[in-house]
Amino acid sequence: MNGPFDFALALGDDALIAAQRLAEWTTRAPEMEEDIALANIALDQLGAARLLLSYAGELEAAGRDEDALAYLRDDREFRNVLLVELPNGDFAVTMAKLFFLAAYQLPLYTALASCPDERLAAIGAKARKESAYHLDHGALWVKRLGDGTEESHRRMQEAVDHVWPYTHELFAADPAAPVDPAGLRPAFDETVGPVLAEATLTRPERGWAPTSGRAGVHTEHLSYLLAEMQVLHRAHPGAKW
Amino acid sequence: MAAASVVDPEIRVITIDELGILRAVEEDGASGRVTVTITPTYTGCPAMDVIRADVRRALAAAGYPDAEVRTVYSPPWSTDWISDGGRAKLAAAGIAPPAPAPTPGVVALTLAVRCPLCGSPDTEQVSRFGSTACKALWRCRSCSEPFDHLKAL
Repeated sequence: MNGPFDFALALGDDALIAAQRLAEWTTRAPEMEEDIALANIALDQLGAARLLLSYAGELEAAGRDEDALAYLRDDREFRNVLLVELPNGDFAVTMAKLFFLAAYQLPLYTALASCPDERLAAIGAKARKESAYHLDHGALWVKRLGDGTEESHRRMQEAVDHVWPYTHELFAADPAAPVDPAGLRPAFDETVGPVLAEATLTRPERGWAPTSGRAGVHTEHLSYLLAEMQVLHRAHPGAKW
Repeated sequence: MAAASVVDPEIRVITIDELGILRAVEEDGASGRVTVTITPTYTGCPAMDVIRADVRRALAAAGYPDAEVRTVYSPPWSTDWISDGGRAKLAAAGIAPPAPAPTPGVVALTLAVRCPLCGSPDTEQVSRFGSTACKALWRCRSCSEPFDHLKAL
């Protein structure tokens, strides 16, 4: 990443893809309240994505609006981190993804709220309040499942181990960005450490760290997600409700 | 003023003015054109399009057919902006009003929410996400009734 356009695009793509993944749970969550919760969180992410992508389009000044950016780009043009495109897996994997993403987005949006770019600052100030609820919700389930039954503990630990390698990409240094993600790592660690400990889960050691999403090199999972998300818009260009 | 009387499409007992999402109404002295400024409760609030349309319709009915509705995101909406009158209307409609908003970056859970139906403080949260983005689902242990709670934001 370098300029404000790339930054807004990357953050917008994170939120958009996270929203699309979470929405897959709608009508399939383990209980009614959770179904509503995941749909609400998806809606928050979509709201942030719309603001960020609209702003990215304005910065680019090439006539692309939020819809053009969301629906008319191919996988190699997306700049989201790999973590958000990973399949939902079981409920524990979804909660691990939600928890780690929120533990990154909350300090990110908080830092953004005081950055010199007024538009990004406004988006950060708005989104951080919502992220606080996402973090709270994810942490609650990580603790409940980790410190639950033998089976729930086993699956939550597996989920944490599975998702953990993808968290490193969130903090790839980018000194030219309005907020350098590398500086968010301490806040993330301070949030994640105590929750995992309370959940009786083991924090994985620093192992492999795939980091190609920001450069547009994605897992095969993103292509399928985009196909589903974009098909209607592409099949009926310019259609309106 | 016509704009202030528009009710929230999802919580129909309260106006957008009482909810604190109506930020400004300005009339251009020369042209007479009215500009209304609103802000969303949550970034993804799906009611915003309806609210914009309702504001335009209300102003058209009041004699301002070409009113402009602007949406701003800063400063971010807070439940602290809900008026006392608005809070009373929420409670009367069975929606427990919010506690003071938490400090940014700190997750403060409201521990005692009073049941809007029987007044008991013996309540529990069923789900922190409810029928709309701004509400959580609670239950009263005294009267056993479920109720909505507008989350502090």
